[in-house]
Amino acid sequence: MGVVSAYRLRLQRQRWRIRAFRKRRELRKVAQRTDAIRPDDVLCFTTLRNERIRLPYFLKYYRDMGVGHFLMVDNGSDDGTREYLAEQPDVSLWTTDRSYKRARFGVDWLNWLTRWYGKGHWCLTVDVDEFFIYPFCDTRPINALTDWLDASSIKSFGAMLIDMYPKGPIDAVPYREGQSPFEIANWFDSGNYTIKKNKRFGNLWIQGGPRARAFFADRPERAPALNKIPLVKWRPGYTYVKSTHELLPRGLNLVYDEWGGEKASGALLHAKFLHTFVEKSAEEMTRRQHYANSHEYRAYNAVLKDDPDLWCKWSEKYINWRQLEILGLMSKGNWA
Amino acid sequence: MSVGFVMLAHTALDRAASVARHWATHDCPVVIHVDRRVKRDQVQKFRAGLADLENVRFCRRYRCEWGTWSIAQAAIAGVQTALTEFPEINHVYLASGACLPLRPVEELRAYLAERPRTDFIESVTTEDVPWTIGGLDHERFTLRFPFSWKRHRKLFDRYVALQRRLKVRRRIPDGLEPHLGSQWWCLTRRTLETILKDPDRDIYERYFSRVWIPDESYFQTLVRKHSGQIESRSLTLSKFDFQGKPHIFYDDHLQLLRRSDCFVARKIWPRADRLYDAFLAPDAGIKNRAEPNPGKIDRLFSKAVDRRTRGRAGLYMQSRFPNEGWENGRTCSRYSVFEGFAELFVNFETWLGKTLGTRVHGHLYHPDRVEFAGGETIYNGALCDSAPLRDYNPRAFLTNLIWATRGERQCFQFGPRDRQDISWFIAGDPNAQISVITGAWAVPLFHSRQSFVDLRKRAAHLQRVEQGHLDILRSPHTRARVRIWSMADFVQNPMEPLQTIIDEIAPRTQRRLSEAPTMVNLDGFGQFLQNLKNQGMQPYLMGDFPVGADPLPPTRAPHKPYLVK
Repeated sequence: MGVVSAYRLRLQRQRWRIRAFRKRRELRKVAQRTDAIRPDDVLCFTTLRNERIRLPYFLKYYRDMGVGHFLMVDNGSDDGTREYLAEQPDVSLWTTDRSYKRARFGVDWLNWLTRWYGKGHWCLTVDVDEFFIYPFCDTRPINALTDWLDASSIKSFGAMLIDMYPKGPIDAVPYREGQSPFEIANWFDSGNYTIKKNKRFGNLWIQGGPRARAFFADRPERAPALNKIPLVKWRPGYTYVKSTHELLPRGLNLVYDEWGGEKASGALLHAKFLHTFVEKSAEEMTRRQHYANSHEYRAYNAVLKDDPDLWCKWSEKYINWRQLEILGLMSKGNWA
Repeated sequence: MSVGFVMLAHTALDRAASVARHWATHDCPVVIHVDRRVKRDQVQKFRAGLADLENVRFCRRYRCEWGTWSIAQAAIAGVQTALTEFPEINHVYLASGACLPLRPVEELRAYLAERPRTDFIESVTTEDVPWTIGGLDHERFTLRFPFSWKRHRKLFDRYVALQRRLKVRRRIPDGLEPHLGSQWWCLTRRTLETILKDPDRDIYERYFSRVWIPDESYFQTLVRKHSGQIESRSLTLSKFDFQGKPHIFYDDHLQLLRRSDCFVARKIWPRADRLYDAFLAPDAGIKNRAEPNPGKIDRLFSKAVDRRTRGRAGLYMQSRFPNEGWENGRTCSRYSVFEGFAELFVNFETWLGKTLGTRVHGHLYHPDRVEFAGGETIYNGALCDSAPLRDYNPRAFLTNLIWATRGERQCFQFGPRDRQDISWFIAGDPNAQISVITGAWAVPLFHSRQSFVDLRKRAAHLQRVEQGHLDILRSPHTRARVRIWSMADFVQNPMEPLQTIIDEIAPRTQRRLSEAPTMVNLDGFGQFLQNLKNQGMQPYLMGDFPVGADPLPPTRAPHKPYLVK
């Protein structure tokens, strides 16, 4: 990489940082408990809107994993999300009614919060429908992972998004509050992902899975990106660029090995396709607050009306992380 | 006769305290060295927690930095304290705060009592160590290392490079043969006393204080001078990964550690509650006299290193995306590409499937759709038959298919009518077996009843595409197993090439082909080619078909399947 492009990236990074700084004004404090954060806590950063039904399980899942504190941005919910979160003892909550899209899909807000509160911590940035899986997550808490990453001088940890879906119409079995979404949506695509290298940011660009297969079979270049780097040991100059797909400085994007080996990696199980999805996608059609004019949601709506079943005979039923590792979707690397 | 422990502690002091307590209450004196960098209130708390034990001592504290003399200094200080304060001990066991005893102390004591004069210390000459990281082995002893590796890596590296260029060398003190080995040892009082009372000790210490990682070489080298009986292995189970940092044990290693029969393991994750509870329990472990046997754990960790450095061949995923040439196998298993066979034989795929007992694909790179075996629309790994999806990343499509069908040989058809983007990839893949009948693309044209003007154009196009493909297959970069026949040669004697291909795919069956695939009717093919020539196109890839001659051997009827004994 030449000096010019390196400098350009630096400018871009500063731009996102300044933008995050400006957007901090949009956030209004609802409940702040950040004093309770201990020095070695893993912090979870989330922005959300009208996800009340998902919250109990989401919080339980990450508390059990060992996350120490949740820092959340509520984007104008009107279903009790805000009130519910404000009561939680380990949640610090901010709220805003401003445009999600204008905050670059929430990235600006979270960049601000991570910069202010995440410094020196391992920060896990996930959506409410993303469930982080890492090697040995059934026997070792997340601190075991972050301690190991620290000892290995690794600063960021990749986890690919894996879309989970139910067998049959996605709204056939309604999701109940507190229930694991993977009791319903427990199928996934095991081997149809394609990878390209993003020369500019140095990250991998992964596409595929059920969404590419069912919604974007004719326009694969528009299929959503599945590469994510949700877990980062945050330092002041860092910034997310596009969702959690890529970061700056770009060394953080190098979560893959280029010389034949496997680095350790995890997965984000994506519980998007539940019965709530049908309402959400209808709402997004009018709200148009999502990426690229919500073209994704338009594609979903076009297909789901006729045949809302993503399941196929080669779908894989989710068991545990070891299964994902055997299938080659994630890796233990040299963690044993 | 007893064993005393010297413990070097710097973090997770509560765990260090409980391990020290475990040893002390089992009548083993413990001397603890606490890193100077630990804060005073923490040290005080730590000491207060162990104050009730009269056989626990704290030695002089040093500021320890990895790779420097300070760690060896700390060990020496601990050893000195142990030898003077506890005259009854016969062996000194060097341990860290992250160590955990896996077997009851009585067993260790009995084990050592049976070997009262043996020094357990890994001590290997620099020529024989495969595990040094960063290329510094003998140079550890001949260069100077004034800069910290952790804090000033660049300075460290540059100074090493400079010394190499200037060929500066330190003299190794007389009578010392440099040896390396694990930092964690168990030595006899006699050996330690002679080391500490050596008249040249000052010279050695001055020398070693500038050696790189002296904690792995000071005692390891000096025992060679002083000890009478060295058992060159460590009693502490400690594994290192490819970066030279120790592997960490967690709760889920419990059974593995139990079965290892090692006395002490390091390093334990401080929050591994189950491990600490299990092994520090009052009467933990089953009484046995087995020799330490860390084989299983060795395998586990060497597998991990292998995974990190070599990975799984043919796998492309979020954390393994090798640069060109570093794939260590472009695909994960062997596969076969057939070009021109499906055109020349009736139902070739079915025949091949039957012969090999597998599923055989049609043209995977057909421009309209992916022709999976059996006309499937979706295949292993949820691969989809959409042509745009496949063409979006043709390589990934193939590597995904081969990965998703691991254990089952993949065979597919290819030809000039297909998307050609994959040509270079399969040509460069040693796992590919490519068999080509050149010019067979003309057979469907011959059978079609199109106008000759169109046919001529089409034929010229296909010939050009196939020629391009053949140029790739014949290029020096090709790694695949390639076989090319002209169509004229192939129809003269189809069984022999087929037999060769089949034998290569399934070498163990050793079966002669009993049933040949039916060849399509080629009556008049020579004339057809002549007509093309007459139209101004030169079909040359199929070889020489004389006008009017029967292309098949005259003894065999062209329509019937024939048998070969």
